[in-house]
Amino acid sequence: MSRIQSVFQHLEAAGRKALIPFITAGDPDIGLTVPLMRALVAGGADIIELGVPFSDPMADGPTIQRASERALAAGTSLAKVLDAVRAFRAGDDATPVVLMGYANPIEAMGQGAFVAAARDAGVDGVLVVDYPPEECADFTASARAAGLDQIFLLAPTSSAQRFRDVARAGSGYLYYVSLKGVTGAANLDFEEIGQRIPRIRAVAGMPVGVGFGIRDAESARKIGAFADAVVIGSRIIEEIEASTRERAAANVETFVRGIRVALDESVGARP
Amino acid sequence: MTDMQYSLPDAQGHFGPYGGVFVAETLMPALAELRAAYEASQGDPAFIAEFEHELRHYVGRPSPIYHARRLSERLGGAQILLKREDLNHTGAHKINNCIGQALLARRMGKPRVIAETGAGQHGVASATVAARYGFECVVYMGSEDVKRQAANVYRMKLLGATVVPVESGSKTLKDALNEAMRDWVTNVSNTFYIIGTVAGPHPYPVIVRDFQTVIGKECLAQMPEAFGRQPDVVLACVGGGSNAMGIFHPYVPRGDVRLIGVEAAGEGIATGRHAAPLTANAGVGVLHGNRTYLMQDENGQVIETHSISAGLDYPGVGPEHAWLKDSGRVEYVAATDDEALEAFHALCRFEGIIPALESAHAVAHAMKIAPALGRDKLLLVNLSGRGDKDIHTVGERSGIRF
Repeated sequence: MSRIQSVFQHLEAAGRKALIPFITAGDPDIGLTVPLMRALVAGGADIIELGVPFSDPMADGPTIQRASERALAAGTSLAKVLDAVRAFRAGDDATPVVLMGYANPIEAMGQGAFVAAARDAGVDGVLVVDYPPEECADFTASARAAGLDQIFLLAPTSSAQRFRDVARAGSGYLYYVSLKGVTGAANLDFEEIGQRIPRIRAVAGMPVGVGFGIRDAESARKIGAFADAVVIGSRIIEEIEASTRERAAANVETFVRGIRVALDESVGARP
Repeated sequence: MTDMQYSLPDAQGHFGPYGGVFVAETLMPALAELRAAYEASQGDPAFIAEFEHELRHYVGRPSPIYHARRLSERLGGAQILLKREDLNHTGAHKINNCIGQALLARRMGKPRVIAETGAGQHGVASATVAARYGFECVVYMGSEDVKRQAANVYRMKLLGATVVPVESGSKTLKDALNEAMRDWVTNVSNTFYIIGTVAGPHPYPVIVRDFQTVIGKECLAQMPEAFGRQPDVVLACVGGGSNAMGIFHPYVPRGDVRLIGVEAAGEGIATGRHAAPLTANAGVGVLHGNRTYLMQDENGQVIETHSISAGLDYPGVGPEHAWLKDSGRVEYVAATDDEALEAFHALCRFEGIIPALESAHAVAHAMKIAPALGRDKLLLVNLSGRGDKDIHTVGERSGIRF
């Protein structure tokens, strides 16, 4: 069983929902990435989504784009991100790490080399935003062979047939994009999400997480009522932006803990 | 070179290893919807007839082929012929595709169109068709390009479009494309994205190519009428590559016609400051929804490009060009900023034509090869746009302030 599956099993048994915070690796510099990851865990993260910075993050809003630009300006590369995961893994053998990014840095390293290096560094899952299932069959096969879960996105615009096709290609969990838009945007339609998630779960055969646009305890609580996992990213990056380098990890931990408490309240679980 | 027939892309938009649909899931249904609408439109005689009618009566087609006699005479070799896309309404080939996509948008019931633009020609053409058909129009333009192309920005505003300067990344065409994609993801239900070049996710490279092939189809008919035969060489500048695909595609099966795509060598290929991924063998990558030759660093980050011409200042290139390069059917070369400027001035002085700096790259290469060829050889250059928009850029190079 993968580390991701195991986390979801334990959570289900405990009647709790997964909290999946996102940060961009290398923002503001790679030296702070491992401390921030540990702060996320201390604040109550179940899984960490670690963004791999890219020069042209088309699916991201301004906040994550700024994080990418800071990380690249500080010299962050995919190889350095993998080094950070290895360093994190040395002190934490339990928390799954999912790399989230775009195809080109992976293709520049080489798909096979990347899969091997990611596995070796202790990465558990990969979400490549611009790899829809039909464009990455080889990558999916080699990731699967290496025991890496490939996480795919589903969108409000996806059809029921699309739910099935994407679910067949993916493993670990499915990531439902909660709005038509880029990461960090506002205006979630909770009613629509509430109707969609059960339909996706019915065909998914795996947990369904919801992200893009979850900004606070209130929206996390509402989403937690029907999703298996809540992903929160841009708001955490804003927290890092607003902090001094010295205070960033502590502030992030406090913020994540607030979301954790709200999420546990939503299902009546004891913290 | 043997005659070559091909019917690429495949159903998923692949030209061999290039092309495809590399986008976030949110856009997959929108692209499927576009594909279906486009295919239906191509089987609808009324759609085709309206497209042709608009090209004739609104754009002013067919555009003539003009024999640049004085320039040819000075070069002392092959005859240089110019396909005058600069005479189109709005001053460039971009309008051909915009008319087609606007008719598609109307057919799909989308009241709002968005576009990205580099030099501003595609933005102007998009704003023009938006006014013509009554769409709301938003144009994304890198803030660097907004500065370089102030007159075109004002033109778009006159036409009723909203121009959004893009401050992210390198603040040029690629960043404008990113921002337009973000708008489309957000407003996908009521918005049609008019992509201006033969790049982007499938089906855009096909749609743009098909609408632009009017250029090459006209040449196939005009050349025998005016010059008794087809050209020996066809040349076109390549940024994303839409004017080149438009003139090349009908000639690809005719193996006796040499096809040359001219990229922007900027300050020189060896300096690294250029926009010539094919000529420089930049390696293959994924950007803006397709796999193609891409200017990138060793970590797969897209790097900044350099060209005096905003319209060629793009790190990728249409996937069909990538395939045509590998197949050997089209030769890809590059012209530097200085060579393009020299061609720009030559065309002004000897023919009374102010060419777009983009098109001047194609003219520059024609000027390079013409002297060594016989006087009976015919070089057909796609003069893709007029250069009024570039007089500030050229003037500044000569120390002139307006």
